[in-house]
Amino acid sequence: MKVRVRLYATLVDLVPPSIRAQTPEMRAARPFELEVPEGSTLAHLIEQLALPRAEIKAIFVNGRVCPLDHLLQPGDEIGIFPPVGGG
Amino acid sequence: MWILRINMTDRSYRLEELPEAYKNLAGRSLTSTIIHDEVPPTCHPLGPNNKLVFSPGFVTGTAAPTSARISAGAKSPLTGTIKESNAGSEWPQALASMRIRALVVEGQPQEKGKFWMALLSWDKAAGKPAVTFAPADEYVGLTTQAAYNQLFGRFGNRVSIAGIGVAGERLYGNSGIVFQDIKRRATRYSGRGGLGAVMGSKGLKYIVINREGAPGVQLANAALFEEGRRKMTEALRTHSITKPKGSLNTYGTAVLINVMNEAGGLPTRNFSSGRFEGAPNISGEAIFEGNKQRLGKELYNHPCSPGCIIECSNTWHKPDGSEHASCVEYESSWALGADCGIGDLDDVAELVRLCNEYGLDTIETGTTLAVAMEAGLAPFGDGKKAIELVHEMGKGTPIGRILGSGTETAARVLGVRRSPTVKGQSMPAYEPRAVKGIGITYATSTMGADHTAGYTIAPEILSVGGKADPLSPEGKAELSRAFQATTAFIDSTGHCLFIVFVILDIPSGFQGMVDEVNGVLGTQYTADDVVKLGMEILRKERAFNEAAGFTRSHDRLPEFMKHEPLPPHNTVYDVPDAALDAVFGQM
Repeated sequence: MKVRVRLYATLVDLVPPSIRAQTPEMRAARPFELEVPEGSTLAHLIEQLALPRAEIKAIFVNGRVCPLDHLLQPGDEIGIFPPVGGG
Repeated sequence: MWILRINMTDRSYRLEELPEAYKNLAGRSLTSTIIHDEVPPTCHPLGPNNKLVFSPGFVTGTAAPTSARISAGAKSPLTGTIKESNAGSEWPQALASMRIRALVVEGQPQEKGKFWMALLSWDKAAGKPAVTFAPADEYVGLTTQAAYNQLFGRFGNRVSIAGIGVAGERLYGNSGIVFQDIKRRATRYSGRGGLGAVMGSKGLKYIVINREGAPGVQLANAALFEEGRRKMTEALRTHSITKPKGSLNTYGTAVLINVMNEAGGLPTRNFSSGRFEGAPNISGEAIFEGNKQRLGKELYNHPCSPGCIIECSNTWHKPDGSEHASCVEYESSWALGADCGIGDLDDVAELVRLCNEYGLDTIETGTTLAVAMEAGLAPFGDGKKAIELVHEMGKGTPIGRILGSGTETAARVLGVRRSPTVKGQSMPAYEPRAVKGIGITYATSTMGADHTAGYTIAPEILSVGGKADPLSPEGKAELSRAFQATTAFIDSTGHCLFIVFVILDIPSGFQGMVDEVNGVLGTQYTADDVVKLGMEILRKERAFNEAAGFTRSHDRLPEFMKHEPLPPHNTVYDVPDAALDAVFGQM
């Protein structure tokens, strides 16, 4: 199934080049489509992108923060953030 | 330690020894205490009985990192409440180096339309500060940078300047006080609450400080201070948000545009949606990438003031690589961008630049433009028309003066029901219907709608200092109260509020802040005292507001938020009034 993913701030730079090559439209804050196996959780998705977990602060699914064991549905919109702050 | 009083009725000044009762007060705790003790709560904010108080924080002027902050306070012409508006600049360091704990501007000249500047210097022979006055009429009507350039030419590059632009001269409800940044740009603002108009009403255009020969800040316990400074520095240097090339240093405060948009809480087109399709184009990431493209290299951010090690201030550059504006903050990019439906960073940067040049608060300006757009003065998204409207404010045309009065007044004049204000001050960049806790802060803050008064966004959105579901009202009254009290104390330390991200996550950083303050004052405060001391400040501020006529019925969000569902979550503001009243119910 397909989901839409956005990686914010520094996270795009942390995806290994081999994986980035498969999704050339992957840029900071821009959405890209990703094919994930049925029954995937957010944890699986993080693994698939080879993102270091320690760098991830919050993951939104359809606008709500969700835990890593959250089960993905087709068409989900996912936003992944490193620690950010401002004001 | 001194209190310096400048009387603008006769252009005289008086130095007073800091009274015993004020010995352990500085920054917001001192500005609010002096206003509470000396300003009649029912006075007209632009009349002779209001006072404009400046106070550097406890550690401002010391080697404490990220601590060049000034509290400016008065009765606000925008809200009618007490006001503290905080900025970062070397100006408060200069004031602190003269051992001036508070500078109080009083009185009002008889002469209409005339302006003066006050020149502070250190009288070596007498061992104390001295003040002279000079006419400032030649600078009236100039843009702020042009005027500051002339002033630096006249007094030398080593002076520090606080001043007002045309918005303050014309007594706009939306007018700030501007301080210089590290490169002498006239861009660091005590923006909120119309304090520029208070300064303007007193005929005071600039306060120029020449700190040469000044003795510097005295430390009661230098060893303890040093220990605290080390802890704070270490914490700031290691936390991912504040470390070098961390998120603030790389992307600036505008890094929040995307996260708030993702959370469905980025107010868009005058608070009619929580998502803006153009958000990625005005985000911190877009600023970093755009600069990289236009400059051919990565550009990291710079400090707004000497001694800041977070360094979050950015510059935005034109296609030819020349500097366009500084600083494109989150609040500014949101107010002048998303809230107006404008997704073009060059237009947003021009609007920021114009606000700085005319002396306007970027938040209040953006929310006012959005109200004007809802009224049909311009289509949402029309950046060029928005720029024209800000020029109207700068020129002082009738429509410009109406818009310069702020969001609530403009909404009333233009017949717009959806006015996103509390106590006359417009909301900043977080939608209360999507983030319930920050709505409680907006409603109950002593300042009108103000995110910095109690930044529950940290746990509600950023997962800093714990986690809380933004869409749930549960437990948010307590959360907002704790943040408001802690913030009142931090606003007194002289540290930038951004240390919050660090001290909430790193306990030694929190202890470092307390050690620094004890090191300066010789006090024995503990971490537990912070909330208590903060509550004491809030108590005085609320007492002032109550005597000025504010009641529980003013601690409310605008009605439309209770019945207009906000996309994408389609939620309304459902925090019960009783919960709002409970925030300070025990006081």
